[in-house]
Amino acid sequence: MDFWFSEYHTDNVKMSIRVEKHLFSGQSDFQRIDVFDSEEFGKFLTSDGSVIFSEKDEFTYDEMIVHVPMAVHPNVKRVLVIGGGDGGVARELSYYDEIEEIDVVEPDEMFVNVCRDFFPDNARGLDDPRVKLHFRDGLRFLRGKHDEYDLIINDSTDPLGHTAGLFTKEFYGSCFKALHDDGIMVYQHGSPFFDEDEESCRAMHRKAFRSFPISRVYQAHIPTCPSGYWLFGFASKKYHPLHDLDAKRWRDRHIKTWYYTTNLHAGAFMLPKYVEDLLEEEEGRMKQV
Amino acid sequence: MDIERQKSAPVYEALERFRRQRVVPFDVPGHKRGRGNPELVQLLGEKCVGLDVNSMKPLDNLCHPISVIYDAEKLAAEAFGAAHAYFMVGGTTSSVQSMVLTACKAGDKIILPRNVHKSVINALVLCGAEPVYVNPEVDSHIGIALGMELEQLRKAMDEHPDAVAVFVNNPTYYGICSDLCSIVKMAHEHGMMVLADEAHGTHLYFNEKLPVSAMAAGADMAAVSMHKSGGSLTQSSLLLLGENVNTRYVEQIINLTQTTSASYLLLSSLDISRRNLALRGRESFDKVASMAEYAREEINSIGGYYAYGKDLVNGGSIFDYDVTKLSVYTRDIGLTGIEVYDLLRDEYDIQIEFGDIGNILAYISIGDRIQDIERLVGALEDIKRLYSRPVSRLHNAEYITPIVAATPQKAFYSEKELIPIRETAGRICGEFVMCYPPGIPILAPGEMITQEIIDYTLFAKEKGCSMQGPEDGELEKLNVLVE
Repeated sequence: MDFWFSEYHTDNVKMSIRVEKHLFSGQSDFQRIDVFDSEEFGKFLTSDGSVIFSEKDEFTYDEMIVHVPMAVHPNVKRVLVIGGGDGGVARELSYYDEIEEIDVVEPDEMFVNVCRDFFPDNARGLDDPRVKLHFRDGLRFLRGKHDEYDLIINDSTDPLGHTAGLFTKEFYGSCFKALHDDGIMVYQHGSPFFDEDEESCRAMHRKAFRSFPISRVYQAHIPTCPSGYWLFGFASKKYHPLHDLDAKRWRDRHIKTWYYTTNLHAGAFMLPKYVEDLLEEEEGRMKQV
Repeated sequence: MDIERQKSAPVYEALERFRRQRVVPFDVPGHKRGRGNPELVQLLGEKCVGLDVNSMKPLDNLCHPISVIYDAEKLAAEAFGAAHAYFMVGGTTSSVQSMVLTACKAGDKIILPRNVHKSVINALVLCGAEPVYVNPEVDSHIGIALGMELEQLRKAMDEHPDAVAVFVNNPTYYGICSDLCSIVKMAHEHGMMVLADEAHGTHLYFNEKLPVSAMAAGADMAAVSMHKSGGSLTQSSLLLLGENVNTRYVEQIINLTQTTSASYLLLSSLDISRRNLALRGRESFDKVASMAEYAREEINSIGGYYAYGKDLVNGGSIFDYDVTKLSVYTRDIGLTGIEVYDLLRDEYDIQIEFGDIGNILAYISIGDRIQDIERLVGALEDIKRLYSRPVSRLHNAEYITPIVAATPQKAFYSEKELIPIRETAGRICGEFVMCYPPGIPILAPGEMITQEIIDYTLFAKEKGCSMQGPEDGELEKLNVLVE
């Protein structure tokens, strides 16, 4: 049998994964969700035909989006996860004892149910007693929230699809307002490599740069992402991602990871020249205005 | 309305049949299904360009419909509860002009509210009729012109019993509806026709919870912007007729200015949209209304904004309100509607329909999704947080009663001179001064210029309104009639 899943990364580039089995297909109010099983990536989930995560590489971004801010902020008690209905982010957060409350806001109930059925290792994160799951629109949930969180993680990936509202200036503004005075927000920053994706990557930095006093970008290698190269945003009111990194404190926690280390933490903020350039261009553009 | 019949779409079906026949084109358009213009195909797609064909026997002709266009117009008339319907390809402007030109000849009087679209006054320039303006009440808080009041209309009729027609905006851009049934009754008692500008009211025909439509109220003619709430392509429109209108004459009027090469993209979009409205309009507009209601509640709970709705209804100047509209008064956060409009576009990538001195209007339609509503509400909240200012008593958008000193046509064709705007008080204006959006004239050709008008015009310009119409785009100077 020659059964392939393909995703167009641009009009001219596609990534294909040989599929063993099509395990699930369903249409929710927000997206079409499919789950496939494959030899190379294990089970993987797609939304409207784009890979959201696979068993093989999900650890990379779940670790990078959680441990980077957690190694910087000295005292995280309340965390808000926007999206993240698969539970992977909540799972990584559950390793930190000082966290008291984790709000996971996922609009799509079907997404959570599918993840519970097919990705129990991620979904177990949702079973932590500190996790409260809210089936709501992220922007709606944030409205009216003021000075409530130490850390906000935007785990939504698609700046063009149904989660477009989570890549907007009003979203960054709402997060700023919902955070304490020393709060941090991290978010998926997309991939800067292909021309198609570059503009949304620029726009995200532009908005974060304008909304937060500190906004830096860090990187990871994620094979199922376009060009295999992915960025994250680190927007913060007080703590600097490198100057305030407390490597010893984090290492003493003895959290088992496969991707993140405190050495990699520092390295992840060292960006290729072309990425540095495009980010600086956006910052420069702001100064001119 | 016979639902089974409404399931067909004659123009669309004829185009499909035509496409399959693979006829070799030795007629216009010269791009020949796009082969002669590959860049256009790249932009619009093969299918779209392939449908851009000329009128011919299997596809009928809009200038004199006898087959598929005739059938499609008949279905549209049935769907809208009209005696006749015409597919229009020159925008609702062409529908409005056809109504005015049908009802009035040179020297006739027509009663109209001041807040008419510029297309109405342009039609008066064409036909030489004389406008009799009914002063619309302006809401003192939100600063918008309201509907047509019966008392005001009666006064105008008594003063001008020789008027031939009454023109009504229903609903207005902001969603305000007049007492159309009583207006029709009063006008018909005086032997006057009723012409309704329903540019913002296509949906009224397809949901019984919404205010009454012009045809249901007994109006004689209605201009319906199918491309607004109806979902058809920009520039397509419908002209609807009631029972007692001479169709032959209307057809002659339409053909005075209508193209002889009507676009089948526009015609088929009208046909398909009519079918969609007839089959699914009620559910769609239930959804639109509930989204708009949700947005209103959420916006009002932010504080500082006033998203108005049925609460405005007063039985007179606001006889009813179209709840699918989402208009928001913004001045209580210290910002003008224009400023909020600009912020939404420049800072939040949200394009709304318009902003005026006190209000914004976000257009909610069958294409919207609830997550986009959340973005709009979120952005408004963020704007309040970041940009709100102490409320200052800004110049209020007051209604300025026009003084008609010459017909629009006479003024349009008179000799004129260009003089500094500050020196124009007491002169007769020779051109339009329009504050855009929403395109309501501050001055029309033939009207007396007063100091009050000069002050208001300069203020609106300073506030960033796009001032259109005058020859001098900077509005330093105005054309006035040579004395």
